[in-house]
Amino acid sequence: MTLSHSPAGSATRRRRGASRQSRAGMAFVAAYVVLLIAFGVLPTAYAIYFAFTDAGGRVTGFANFVTTAQDFRFMDAVGHVATYLAFWLLSLVVFVVALALLLHRLASGSASKALRFLYYIPGALAGAASVLVWLFMLDPTVSPVSSLLGALGFHTFGEVIAPGNLPLLFTIIAFWTGAGGWIVVMYGALNNIPTDVMEAARIDGAGAWQTAWHVQIPMLRKWIVYMVILAFAGGAQLFVEPQLLSLASVGVAGRDYSLNQLTYDFAFQMNNINGAAAVSVELLVVSVSAAAVFVARSGFFDAD
Amino acid sequence: MTVNKPSSGRESASSKRRAALLAGCAATAALALTACGGGGATGTTTKDGFAQVSQKDGALTVWVDATRVEAAKLYQQQHPDVKLDIVTYDGDANGSNYLQTKVQLFNRTGKGWPDVVFSSQNNEATWAVDAGFAAPLDKGLIPSASLGKFASGANDVCTVGGTVYCLRNDLSQAVLWYNAPLLKKFGYSVPTTWEEYQKLGEKVAKEHPGYLVGDAGDSFTPEIYLWASKCGANHITGPKAVSVNTSSEACTKMAKLMDVLIENKSMSISGVFSTDFGKNKADKVLLMPGPAWYGGALFEGTFKTPAKQVAAAPIPQWQGETSPSTGNVGGGTWLLSKHSAHIKAATDFLKWVTTDNAYQGEKAPGFPAYTPAAETWLKGQDASGYFASDLSALKDASSQVWNGWGSGQFSQEAIWAATVKPGLTQGKSVVSLLPAWQDSIVKYAKSNGYKVSQ
Repeated sequence: MTLSHSPAGSATRRRRGASRQSRAGMAFVAAYVVLLIAFGVLPTAYAIYFAFTDAGGRVTGFANFVTTAQDFRFMDAVGHVATYLAFWLLSLVVFVVALALLLHRLASGSASKALRFLYYIPGALAGAASVLVWLFMLDPTVSPVSSLLGALGFHTFGEVIAPGNLPLLFTIIAFWTGAGGWIVVMYGALNNIPTDVMEAARIDGAGAWQTAWHVQIPMLRKWIVYMVILAFAGGAQLFVEPQLLSLASVGVAGRDYSLNQLTYDFAFQMNNINGAAAVSVELLVVSVSAAAVFVARSGFFDAD
Repeated sequence: MTVNKPSSGRESASSKRRAALLAGCAATAALALTACGGGGATGTTTKDGFAQVSQKDGALTVWVDATRVEAAKLYQQQHPDVKLDIVTYDGDANGSNYLQTKVQLFNRTGKGWPDVVFSSQNNEATWAVDAGFAAPLDKGLIPSASLGKFASGANDVCTVGGTVYCLRNDLSQAVLWYNAPLLKKFGYSVPTTWEEYQKLGEKVAKEHPGYLVGDAGDSFTPEIYLWASKCGANHITGPKAVSVNTSSEACTKMAKLMDVLIENKSMSISGVFSTDFGKNKADKVLLMPGPAWYGGALFEGTFKTPAKQVAAAPIPQWQGETSPSTGNVGGGTWLLSKHSAHIKAATDFLKWVTTDNAYQGEKAPGFPAYTPAAETWLKGQDASGYFASDLSALKDASSQVWNGWGSGQFSQEAIWAATVKPGLTQGKSVVSLLPAWQDSIVKYAKSNGYKVSQ
């Protein structure tokens, strides 16, 4: 009895266990899905509805898109965001991968741990707080690195935040704030490369550079694509950096530098919520399209 | 009376029925309004020139900037029976648009508006009326006798379509501030014309390099210099119409003057509130054209200039003119919300904060817009012993603000800051930047729905 009963019993227990697990999984997923719908899908749908209607709720087709695109600030803002994205994505890919490889090279030991912690600290600061830190760093009068700024020819805050310098400044601020987290992620990914692959490369006589270029970077490809997709979406929504810099510089940096600032201006300065929604939808379309291209070309979802 | 008395009983019964019927209709209307309104309002009554929501007890919500907290606290101290909820915000400083942003959101959610709000910007009425936020004040809330005691033109920035929608807190007429002992030590006299001012600037650059006769680095620079020169860059000619001409002689001659002084470094381009100015130049100010509030807020507050140094003279005029013209650099306004459920208390606060000597006459940092309070304020300034001269120049300047420059919905300060200031930093001349300035004003004005004539 016991023998014959036991397999059936354990199978039932397994089924019950699996069912409990499945229910728990469903509960977690359901909670996420509910939040996603409430705070992601519905607001997006609402924005799309706004983008194609006027203040009275009448359908206007593409009128809001045309009106906002004809605003004299629109193309400037597109140019500013595009320049910033080029700077930001390039620096992110090159420096994050390089620093992660360096970190991995240092391998074990307290130096690696300390560096990982150090890289992560800026990311722990809220976006606005990091920008405020940079406002001090960039003002030669109060900056702890004022001698460096002076050597670069900057003696006043106004000279530092000249319009031509802004893409580079926003890139530095964004890199300092966001790159640390990605370095830690890349480091984790590097740790996941099987040791026998690394060992084989070493036996084949590959040096550090060749291992990095021919083995590690190709195996990091999906992580890099993932980082680029998220950084593109985040970068296209540039807002906090220019907005705070604009306030700190009393308008010199411009209140309508980025597309998101322009959106904010449409919504709250010009009381044109529908126009603001149109620009937001454009940003969404661009980000989703860029992500689709990256995913398709990188084989992001291909099974290994 | 007695003849009519017998019938009064019947009339009374029928009037009671009518009243009951009316009450029923009113209640139905109120319910309908509530249903349609989607928030807050439980019925409205048209009074004082606008539809007022049902009035009720509760705390009066007052939004002020950090400087005006003192006013709200003083009111609370003097009126302990009033429940006051004081909220501090940035006062829309530097055109942050915080108030407008919030009001747009409150308009959507149907609740949250402050009862009374202070703003450091002069152009709030231009949008606050369109947004249905600002209550008309001269239709019953504020007696015309009180309104008549505000300095001439003070409430122009609050007037839309002939109706007053806000009350001016302080005037910001510009005068020529100077360091009296330093000027005496250098053997100079106070310039009375712009030509003399320029000559003095050239002399200072040669004889006392490093010392300053002015600053052109702030976003309100055009309001100090170009407005005073009657430059027609911002002539608001109608509710949604503006005339822009930055190429007239009135503009170019002041721009040239500034260029000469910027070139020889007797005029700074740092901005008086920048860390650079505070650290390196605050004690080098010989002369400084600037608004009334420079005296307390800038020299005494920010620069910590010792007492008995700062004096005020009339702003210079161009040779051949009969009297100076001055610009107007800010000056706060107080608005009362149309949505307030505490109109009586809100009006009382508004009246007190703009006119009462306890605050405006004795505590306010800027030149009060309410004339009787301004007189008390001037006496207080003289008695304080801080200034090296009396401040009668401020009083004279209060009626010399040139009326060819208005407060539109778009921020002149933001335009100057984004268009001209970066050019100045790169070493370009003001004259060379005048066309770009004009182009930018025109674009922003059109973008805000203004009809532009050039």
